[in-house]
Amino acid sequence: MNATSHVVTYPRFLWQAVTRAFEGRPLFYAWMTFLTAVALVGANAWAHQLAQGMQLTAMTDHVSWGLYIANFTFGVGLAAGAVMMVIPAYLYDDHEMHDVVLVGELLAVAAIVVCILFIVVDMGRPDRFWHIIPGIGRFNWPISMLTWDVLVLNGYLVLNLHICGYLLYMKFLDRKPDKRWYIPFVFLSIFWAISIHSVTAFLYGGLGGRPFWNSALLAPRFIATAFITGPAFVILLLQLVRRFTSFHVGDGPIRTLTSVMRVTVLLNLFMLGSELFTALYTGGAHSTAVKYLFFGSHGQNALVPWIWTAVAFNLTSALLLHLPATRRSLGLLDLACLLSIVGVWIEKGMGLIIPGFVPSTLHEIVEYVPTMTEWKITAGIWAGGFLVLTIALKIALPVLTGEASLANEKRGEG
Amino acid sequence: MSDQPDPKRRVSLQILGATLGASAFAYAMEPLRAWSKDLTMEQFLQKHYKEMSKDELAKVLQRVERDTKESYGATVTVKDPKPLPGVEFGYALNLSVCIGCRKCAEACHVENNHDRRTNNSYIRVLEMDQGTFDLERGTAQYAHAVPAPGKYYLPVQCHQCDNAPCVKVCPVQATWKESDGIVVVDYDWCIGCRYCEAACPYHARRFNWTKPEIPAEQITTEQGYLSNRIRPQGVVEKCTFCLHRTREGRQPACLEACPTGARVFGNLLDPASEIRWVLENKRVYVLKEELGTRPRFFYFFDE
Ligand code: SF4
Repeated sequence: MNATSHVVTYPRFLWQAVTRAFEGRPLFYAWMTFLTAVALVGANAWAHQLAQGMQLTAMTDHVSWGLYIANFTFGVGLAAGAVMMVIPAYLYDDHEMHDVVLVGELLAVAAIVVCILFIVVDMGRPDRFWHIIPGIGRFNWPISMLTWDVLVLNGYLVLNLHICGYLLYMKFLDRKPDKRWYIPFVFLSIFWAISIHSVTAFLYGGLGGRPFWNSALLAPRFIATAFITGPAFVILLLQLVRRFTSFHVGDGPIRTLTSVMRVTVLLNLFMLGSELFTALYTGGAHSTAVKYLFFGSHGQNALVPWIWTAVAFNLTSALLLHLPATRRSLGLLDLACLLSIVGVWIEKGMGLIIPGFVPSTLHEIVEYVPTMTEWKITAGIWAGGFLVLTIALKIALPVLTGEASLANEKRGEG
Repeated sequence: MSDQPDPKRRVSLQILGATLGASAFAYAMEPLRAWSKDLTMEQFLQKHYKEMSKDELAKVLQRVERDTKESYGATVTVKDPKPLPGVEFGYALNLSVCIGCRKCAEACHVENNHDRRTNNSYIRVLEMDQGTFDLERGTAQYAHAVPAPGKYYLPVQCHQCDNAPCVKVCPVQATWKESDGIVVVDYDWCIGCRYCEAACPYHARRFNWTKPEIPAEQITTEQGYLSNRIRPQGVVEKCTFCLHRTREGRQPACLEACPTGARVFGNLLDPASEIRWVLENKRVYVLKEELGTRPRFFYFFDE
């Protein structure tokens, strides 16, 4: 491998990537236009929020984090959950999974982008972002859990970008990838995936003044739910890839991921039950937030419909996943996946962040219902995430099938 | 590839799409212009309070005075009194005499240049049922004559914890404990993540959800850089035991406003101080002691 060749071929690889990313059928253009439009609506709402202040959100000094941090938490889980493809692919030598593992890694990349955006829109002063850059600002590491989160999230992003980028580039050149250049990173990324979600749990769990969060079970619960949403999302994604591209997706990976979900949905329900028991049986300060969440308190019950929807969805998806009929029907499986994604999104989003603040530390009950601005920004960020994911797949899949390669490109020119 | 449109048409469509996208983006971001109008390069590059030299700090103080003149039309003096050696402040409140009139909260509102529309204050007074310390049985929303029968009153403000959770969690060290025990915020360094607000067990922190609105004639003109100067939009603020007054030998505004004399403020390191006498001779109670925050704010009772 001499250096000059990379100087020539790497730009070609990038050029291919860019041109491929924006070519496609009308349906593709329609999808991209739709996502762009939603993202722009979000960007516009954010611009207003910056100019007029966060009074445009429903957050208050009582409920000082809301929909943004809720989605952030869910997004971290999605990113970490993608590792459930990496483990079988590399640790257990599942060949069929190995063929599609890149889809999971690209999903992780898109999910991390989403997380970072949710943090940015939650900041009162994003113009001061440089204060949090290690070495330039004043990084309160290792004491502040948020600095840990900055490190692990960005680290995870870089790791996955490196792994995907390297493997794709080698495939583009039609060379066998050098194990030394990716295997260590793959294994590192497995530990890293666990760390991003544990650190995110510690962010909340370490706060003694918030009994609802101050639980050792938070990190395990986060991991369990991550291993529900990650596989659920990938199962749906793989089917879409199979339907809309020429990329081959076997049934094996879907089966494996379904088995993972069968375990994790039950694990999550079990841990949720343990938390509920401890809180409700003990009573006192620890139970007030739980009571508010599930039953409302002093006539205030904004979260009650949310959490019971989550409970219903999570139970139904657990049931569906264990029905023999679901093994034969992709339709039922997809339904189970969808239900569990929404269920977990509520449970560890609105259902986790908001009760941390209600009742407040002085036991006042101030409710929180997101405003239109918050919904617009949230939708915009998710649209942005789907844009990233679509483009990433659009670049990666033709390389994987061999459709886009250096040899092909040369042939085209000649 | 029969389902692909011909290449030329495709390229022109792509160019059209890109142009449309770019102009839509510019349009979407238009409100940012109003926002960036108030931002100068000088402010963007301003260093952390602790990293500024004397001269740099002096310039910043002048800049804040200038800005206040421009945006609020008020002539103010912004100083930066430093902690005094041999001083650690403590505050005690006599629950037996407090009548819940909220004069302290009002004085705080004025002294600290709080936003007028929201009627913000660093002090929240809870009306509690006699016979309990359970905060759940208290409320800050009372609007009747005080003191009401069967009730007592619990004013809560920043406890200036020795082991402050808010300081620990701040990712950028925008908030810290000074040598006299007061926890301060560099309002020009805070990124507005509100992690500290989530961490505080005493509901002591406030966020500037909007740019504070105060008529020029109502602005308290004696200001401290780390205390009562008007805060920018999008940052966190908190009680500083009125350090711009107390570091110059005066009493906090809330103490001066209290009609019952329930409040005792002073130097914990001075054995002859009244606060020391209270701590040594009264039955003293600390809120949420079990959290290990070690507050510098105490509640006490008469015999
Ligand atoms: S809101 Fe400001 S002071 Fe509070 S933790 Fe964030 S950066 Fe620090």
